[in-house]
Amino acid sequence: MDPEDPGRGADGRDRGRPGQGTTPDATPTDAAQPTPTPPDLPPDAAQPTPRPPDLPTDAARPEAAPPSPAPAPEAAGPAGNGDQDRADGAPGTAVPLLSLRGAAKSFGAVHAIVDASIDLYGGEVHALVGENGAGKSTLVKILAGVHRPDSGQLLVNGTPTVLHGPAAAQDAGIAVIYQEPTLFPDLTAAENIFMGRQPLRRGRRIDARRMRAQARALFERLGVRLDPGRICRGLSIADQQIIEIAKALSLEARIIVMDEPTAALSAAEVARLFDVAATLRASGAAVLFISHRLEEVFEICQRVTVMRDGRQVLSRKLAGLTADDLVRAMVGRQLDDRAADGHHTPGDVVLRVERLTREGVFTDVSFDVRAGEIVAFAGLVGSGRSEVARAIFGIDHYDAGSVTVRGRPLRGSSPTGAMAAGVGFVPEDRRQQGLVMDMSVQQNMALASLGRLRRAGIISSKSERNFAADWALRLRIKFGRLTDPVSQLSGGNQQKVVLAKWLGRQPSLLIVDEPTRGIDIATKAEVHRLLSQLAGNGVAILMISSELPEVLRVGDRILVMREGRLVAEYPHSEASEETIMSAATGQLQGQAR
Amino acid sequence: MEPDRDTSLAATVDAPVGWRSRIPARNMLRWETGLGIVVLAIGVLGVSTSSEFLTGTNIFNLGLQSGEIAIMALPMTLIIISGEIDLSVASIMGMASAVLGYLFAKGWPMPAIFVVVLLVGVAAGAINGLLITRVGLPSLAVTIGTLGLYRGVANIILGPNTISNFPTAYTNLGVNGVLGTNLSFSAAIFIVLAVIFGVVLHFTPVGRSIYAMGASPEAATFAGIRVKRIKTLLYITSGVICSLAGVLLTFRLSTAVNTNGLGLELDVVAVVLLGGVSIFGGKGTIVGVVLGVLAFAGISNALLLTNFNQEAASIPVGILLLISVFVPNMAQLTRRLRDAVTRRRHAAPPAPAMGSGHD
Amino acid sequence: MSTTLAPPREPPEAPADLSSRRLTERVFRVRETGIIAVLGLFVLITAVIQPRFVSSSNIQFILVDTSVYALVALGETMVIISRNVDLSVQSVLALSAYLSAGLFGHVHGIPIPVVFLVGFGIGVAFGAANGLMVSLGRVPSLVVTLATLYIIQGIDILIVGGNEVVASSLPSGFTAIPNVTVLGIPWLAIAVAAVIGIGAYYLRTFRSGRELYAIGSNPEGAQLAGIPVARRVFTAFTLCGGIAGVGGVLWAAQYQTINTSAGGNNFSLIVIASVVVGGVAIFGGSGSPVGAAIGALLLGTINVALDVLGISSFWDQAIAGFLLLVAITLDRLISLRLAAALRKRSAHDGT
Repeated sequence: MDPEDPGRGADGRDRGRPGQGTTPDATPTDAAQPTPTPPDLPPDAAQPTPRPPDLPTDAARPEAAPPSPAPAPEAAGPAGNGDQDRADGAPGTAVPLLSLRGAAKSFGAVHAIVDASIDLYGGEVHALVGENGAGKSTLVKILAGVHRPDSGQLLVNGTPTVLHGPAAAQDAGIAVIYQEPTLFPDLTAAENIFMGRQPLRRGRRIDARRMRAQARALFERLGVRLDPGRICRGLSIADQQIIEIAKALSLEARIIVMDEPTAALSAAEVARLFDVAATLRASGAAVLFISHRLEEVFEICQRVTVMRDGRQVLSRKLAGLTADDLVRAMVGRQLDDRAADGHHTPGDVVLRVERLTREGVFTDVSFDVRAGEIVAFAGLVGSGRSEVARAIFGIDHYDAGSVTVRGRPLRGSSPTGAMAAGVGFVPEDRRQQGLVMDMSVQQNMALASLGRLRRAGIISSKSERNFAADWALRLRIKFGRLTDPVSQLSGGNQQKVVLAKWLGRQPSLLIVDEPTRGIDIATKAEVHRLLSQLAGNGVAILMISSELPEVLRVGDRILVMREGRLVAEYPHSEASEETIMSAATGQLQGQAR
Repeated sequence: MEPDRDTSLAATVDAPVGWRSRIPARNMLRWETGLGIVVLAIGVLGVSTSSEFLTGTNIFNLGLQSGEIAIMALPMTLIIISGEIDLSVASIMGMASAVLGYLFAKGWPMPAIFVVVLLVGVAAGAINGLLITRVGLPSLAVTIGTLGLYRGVANIILGPNTISNFPTAYTNLGVNGVLGTNLSFSAAIFIVLAVIFGVVLHFTPVGRSIYAMGASPEAATFAGIRVKRIKTLLYITSGVICSLAGVLLTFRLSTAVNTNGLGLELDVVAVVLLGGVSIFGGKGTIVGVVLGVLAFAGISNALLLTNFNQEAASIPVGILLLISVFVPNMAQLTRRLRDAVTRRRHAAPPAPAMGSGHD
Repeated sequence: MSTTLAPPREPPEAPADLSSRRLTERVFRVRETGIIAVLGLFVLITAVIQPRFVSSSNIQFILVDTSVYALVALGETMVIISRNVDLSVQSVLALSAYLSAGLFGHVHGIPIPVVFLVGFGIGVAFGAANGLMVSLGRVPSLVVTLATLYIIQGIDILIVGGNEVVASSLPSGFTAIPNVTVLGIPWLAIAVAAVIGIGAYYLRTFRSGRELYAIGSNPEGAQLAGIPVARRVFTAFTLCGGIAGVGGVLWAAQYQTINTSAGGNNFSLIVIASVVVGGVAIFGGSGSPVGAAIGALLLGTINVALDVLGISSFWDQAIAGFLLLVAITLDRLISLRLAAALRKRSAHDGT
């Protein structure tokens, strides 16, 4: 952020003030400034701006040259119902494209939603925020037609509608982009977009050429470069999302729901996604944007709905709100989100990594982690941080370099060696890598300590239960019974189970990869406090995180990786979001180690 | 601490202790109980249709006929729970039988032959294990391949020959029971192995690891479980056990021929699935498989006694197999059928279809 | 959050994407042509060693002998593409062979096409049962078709008992089917090839065909995309059964003596092996019935080649099994290389 003008980002874009959002009736925003080009587009300004059909073509606008479609400020048409709102932000008289009133949904004894309401107006990006367990994903599933609400009403364009399934939702013009896109990896991008609706030629045969051309047109409309004939296996998540959005466009979806889309994206990809969202908005669609990242909410949304405990507690224009307001609404109280302070004095070197290299993934990575310190690994997604961590732990191999834990070298062929040396690893993907979802809370906690819980070769169930109970208490994990399947727990509690699993081994080095991804704010703070405590007790902690606030809050030393190399190191006192981000994107030279 | 919506009960640390925490989900227990009832029913049916059913000699025959399948079902159980499958079991059996016959015809002493046969089993299992864990090939495809390969090796070794002059000391296991009782050798071996496998699967860290890797292979690796090593060992164990079964079969029939055991692999899989082991991995018990063995053996035996075409025993086996997969899904199935019916009853969705026309 | 962007880079005119697409396409095409190449190489080497191998009678024999397997492989391919498997084709074929061929003895003068229809009908009935259970019951097809394999086998044993259909009861028009040649090529092989061609074309150019691939590639995604998964899977199984039924009739025409051992002991597994060797992924989502047919052809050729080369026929099972292992190993290595190459490319794109 430019310190001179907080409303203008370092890239020259006017992002409004936090809380103001970017309303169309404010000073012309993206359209008037040269929109920075996402890296995969030509900087050539002479290309005609592809415009969605219902906008006045304005090819004479030189500044809006880059192909990334910019919302014209006059595109008030179906867009910008915000102006019709009253001053206090309550909805105006325009008919929302989609309206959910008083929905409720229970799964057995679990009341996921008790009273949810939301109005989505065309031409707006509407944020949906709330802690984990507040009911957001159930709401999304209702909109997607996956679940039918037990009560309440859904109105599409003012008409009461019942969605019998995903196909019905599609027909109603609703498209959902999930965090993990569900593409068909063996099929091409074009086929993925048009599956089930492929253009036909004579005799009901698929017209492959026309399908590819249409796909190409969609990609151009979105301002991205993707080959429609490319098989989707191996595509990055960002590209997969674009294909999903192209699919939504092809379905002429008017309501596009994005469920935590930015969680796995790099900053450049996030920027590209936000441009696409702006395009959608300009075309009059309603975009529902679900995210834990409040800074993003303030960047692109005009309206916000907050859910808590299954009901809507707030729904109004974003203008005039602050992040604290939102947090308070989400949590119901003022959060003291400062982690346990006291950055600790580090002891001996626990982990020493020297010139670690893996062909094509990371190169010449060297750093130390000492007992009692939290080293935060920052960087863009894909910079190689998780790969380095996995190589240290022995899950992935490496081609050159060395890893030493407490003076003893780790050969890195399998996790067993690392575990024996006292290393614990909380992986990125809780559900696939951190937990065995079918097993109970107790069994999951014990999974890494089975050797220690056995007597004469047999697992002692009493020791196992005591072990689990002990840690459940210490970490304040919420669950029904220790023998319940861990899948029934909320994300935050599941993460605590993973932590308990490793803490039960008394590790001297704990590696945590995205420790609070997808976790509600309160549990996030708990986890941060826990990490701090651990460090205070002498554990060396290596934390990988893509959330800059987290990195800055928790890290004693911050290392930045970029494209497989360690490019910067900052002690906590010298670090700031700008410096880290600059290093992560390669703008800064000379601070590399 | 704010209330957590996803767990409706208050946090209690209290939990039932002991064996209950070990036994997988409650509906598994339901299957074992149901199967137990079925086995009893088969027993009752058998007794009522033939007075010979519960006689000593019949029990002996029962144990004899299904002995090899039962023994092979034990390592198969662990393999399926770990998320894989082994269709080469009958071919390893055949290969062992062929080696046995071939070396015997060459005049080798029995103990030496046993060692070689054992090694053959180890090699066969190791090849399976390595292809699946190191090269990363799907076990269904690999073991279909080795099914052919090993049967082919048996063919090559024995050719059209039949060896049948085995010493009676060995072939007697097809005639006498253990220590003169009515327990056939194969049944006795099965019981011992079942106990061993049962203890390993349900009470040891290795067993817990097997469940973990079947339920969630990635999480198991991340927890430090040596998935590849354990799976390879499971296949080697299977190879050894199948070789043992091959030896038992050869002696029981007093014949070594290249078609020994032909087609048995599906029987072994059927018995394991009958026992309630999920084909997806991560679920199942040894108790269930033992009951499955009893059900399988009981059915064919009962049919044999009633002079019904014994080979038609595959019908009740098939039906039981179907029940084994449908019953756990019963609740979901009825709900889905209900949904399908209500969906059909409703009119077309209000918004006009936007080209998503499915034919 | 500061979103400083990297300076815009010259886009490589999307050649990166284009070349990675070319790469993947190249690889997939290689797979199909690869197996043709192996077949060609095999025939070539054998012919060089023993020119008798490529005699017209041998070629005719191979083509006829393989036809049934290739045809059943068509149905099995559709099922496997959708990430399922049908183990029961073996017993469906056996039962159909007996019942349809037996018709000749029971209904005097019954026209041959009717018999084919009956065989098809029997297969469709069992296939539909499989399809219903798998699609509605959402139970694993491996287990269901294993069970129906057993059940149908039992039914077959009960119905057939110790009887058999003998060649003399079959009309000469029927038994001549395998022998009719057109320009030296067995008519049967041409007909089967045509059916397979139609099947392959259908899978490639019609929506419902592509949806089968989608279902196999990502079953949950297919559901979410609104594909009528249950209907497609049901159709696949029904067709697979029907085709197996027709295969039974053809088997009867070829072997003429039908008892309980019709089809052989490992028929289902041989068909699945052909399909996998032919490049169809065992987990579905990719592959073609043409590849499967070539796989069947390859396995059939081995038998005859071994015979001609004087190698004991006892080697053919071993070689077939070995070939299957080689095929899937190569597939795996190639896809690993491909993934690594694609990863390197997208890494260079800076995503």
